[in-house]
Amino acid sequence: MKYKVNEKGYYGDFGGAYIPEMLYPNVEELRQNYLKIIADVDFQKEFHQLMKDYVGRPSPLYLAKRLSERYGANIFLKREDLNHTGAHKINNTIGQILLAEKLGKKRIIAETGAGQHGVATATVCALRNLECVIYMGEVDIERQAPNVARMKMLGAKVVPASSGSKTLKDATNEAMRDWINNPVDTHYIIGSVVGPHPYPDMVAIFQSIISEETKKQLLEQTGSDQPDYVLACVGGGSNAMGMFYHFMDDENVKLIAVEAAGKGVSSGFSAATTYLGKEGVLHGSRSILMQTPDGQVVEPHSVSAGLDYPGIGPQHAHLFKTGRGKYVSITDEESLDAGLLLTQLEGIIPAIESAHALAYLEKMEFKKGENVVVCLSGRGDKDLDTYIKYFNL
Amino acid sequence: MNRIKQLFQEKKNILSIYYTAGYPNTVDTIQIAEALEKSGADMLEIGFPYSDPVADGPVIQASSKQSLDQGMNLKLLFEQLKDLRKNVTIPVLLMGYVNPVLQFGVENFCKSCAEVGVDGCIVPDLPMVEYEEFYKGYFEEHNLSNVFLITPQTAEERIHKIDGLTNGFIYLLSSSATTGKNLEVGDATETYFGRIKNMNLKNQTMIGFGISDRKTFDKACSYANGAIIGTAFVKAIENGNIEESVSGFMKEFK
Repeated sequence: MKYKVNEKGYYGDFGGAYIPEMLYPNVEELRQNYLKIIADVDFQKEFHQLMKDYVGRPSPLYLAKRLSERYGANIFLKREDLNHTGAHKINNTIGQILLAEKLGKKRIIAETGAGQHGVATATVCALRNLECVIYMGEVDIERQAPNVARMKMLGAKVVPASSGSKTLKDATNEAMRDWINNPVDTHYIIGSVVGPHPYPDMVAIFQSIISEETKKQLLEQTGSDQPDYVLACVGGGSNAMGMFYHFMDDENVKLIAVEAAGKGVSSGFSAATTYLGKEGVLHGSRSILMQTPDGQVVEPHSVSAGLDYPGIGPQHAHLFKTGRGKYVSITDEESLDAGLLLTQLEGIIPAIESAHALAYLEKMEFKKGENVVVCLSGRGDKDLDTYIKYFNL
Repeated sequence: MNRIKQLFQEKKNILSIYYTAGYPNTVDTIQIAEALEKSGADMLEIGFPYSDPVADGPVIQASSKQSLDQGMNLKLLFEQLKDLRKNVTIPVLLMGYVNPVLQFGVENFCKSCAEVGVDGCIVPDLPMVEYEEFYKGYFEEHNLSNVFLITPQTAEERIHKIDGLTNGFIYLLSSSATTGKNLEVGDATETYFGRIKNMNLKNQTMIGFGISDRKTFDKACSYANGAIIGTAFVKAIENGNIEESVSGFMKEFK
């Protein structure tokens, strides 16, 4: 349990709840109740039922043969791309909507960058008949029109965030402002392992189903539930935390987190937080974030909207600082090439986010027989425009 | 004695004005302070801007962004504030978000405040627990008041804890809201203000958020020792001559 949250809401030096007093009652209500609610037998039953019948879990663990031949190791793909709505995001939104119901909330708000978390939130709100308001940066609304349409079809109200840089971090600010102004009946479904305690822990718990299944599937397929490596991409870090969760305390399993280098870590257009960032406070927790020497948050860049975030979750900051996880980065071009490679070798078009994790396989050296799990966090349908432009398809 | 404590001992119906440092122009910080004292403000809250001010509404956000784009930062602000006490005698607080303070260094920040004659701070996203555990010592060493906020949703036990931790005043939010909303004193608000008044806190209280003119100011003063105006003032000085817009805004408070 060395890497899990302590009773004060910290992971080593990181975490906490750096929030204005206006948010304190909401966050405190959550903190006092989340573990109790999640542990409840009925909650677990309903969560797992929905995971199975609605989301389509367990997601397969697929031994990718041609990819394995290329890299000289057994490459397994954890197929979160096959989930309903096309990514791991739904694991968290199902969990949080059930929790919001238990807390008696009537209204759901969320932030979204590319729209994946927005769609996953709007989906569960439709499912449970709750009012849904999604904050999305003005710039993102323009470049992600299909997801905006999906959210509207699902009955959500999409509110443009027009402050600051008009992207994900500003959508997050606007959602927090909404929560300040609606302190009683509203639950804020944060989409990643970021935000004030208990969010990073709560989201990690809901996403931990990824590694829970992976362990069982590995045991069945290889005779051991311990892989040599586990890889996942990191924006805020929710799919990575889900993928690492049940392997964290097993020091034989090497954890590799792949950040978005954008146009290159030194280009000024990057989202490689652990490389470029410093310790500080963003969106309610102490973590590592990209910032000026004066502590102003710097706008990140990545071709993948899901990784385009200037911070990482506090638990990731802790894994990074303690050296338990290896944090690396992959450029826009490397990720797109890896996306095409997977498509051609395995017939799977990955989300560009997930393609970052795949791209790092090119840079690793394996011993024969080593088992490697890559979290394929989402499918690439949403990214076709980007692939089309890059490869002149 | 700390200027804040002295003010509360001597005066009732205290008018405190918030403005963003370096707005509308980088060089305006001191001139606004001087003009405000001249036109009758009792206390000042100078905001140091932050890129992601989640507790603020559109007006203060925009002023913060403009100030940052024009090059304001804490180092420059403390440079400017070296001239603060040449002509300004009323209490001055700095208000802003925690990350710039952390990057500047909390100890260094407190020391710099004391050097330029700042009397206190309001850092809304600095949690009580962390303040008590790590930073309280620096604030006390430099005789700085650290002011906490409470809202209608803040539990009584927590209010007592805040009262024990602070030594300037308590910042009473009229409602749970971001800055720039209008004060609507309905039955619930009245009950809340009354409840606070009856708690016999050791600290004095100031009401903020939603105070924009003489009418709302007077209303707030009937429940607390004074009130804070932010958004309405920031809006009033966005254009034109500082002296004129400040004295124009302050006229109705004479």
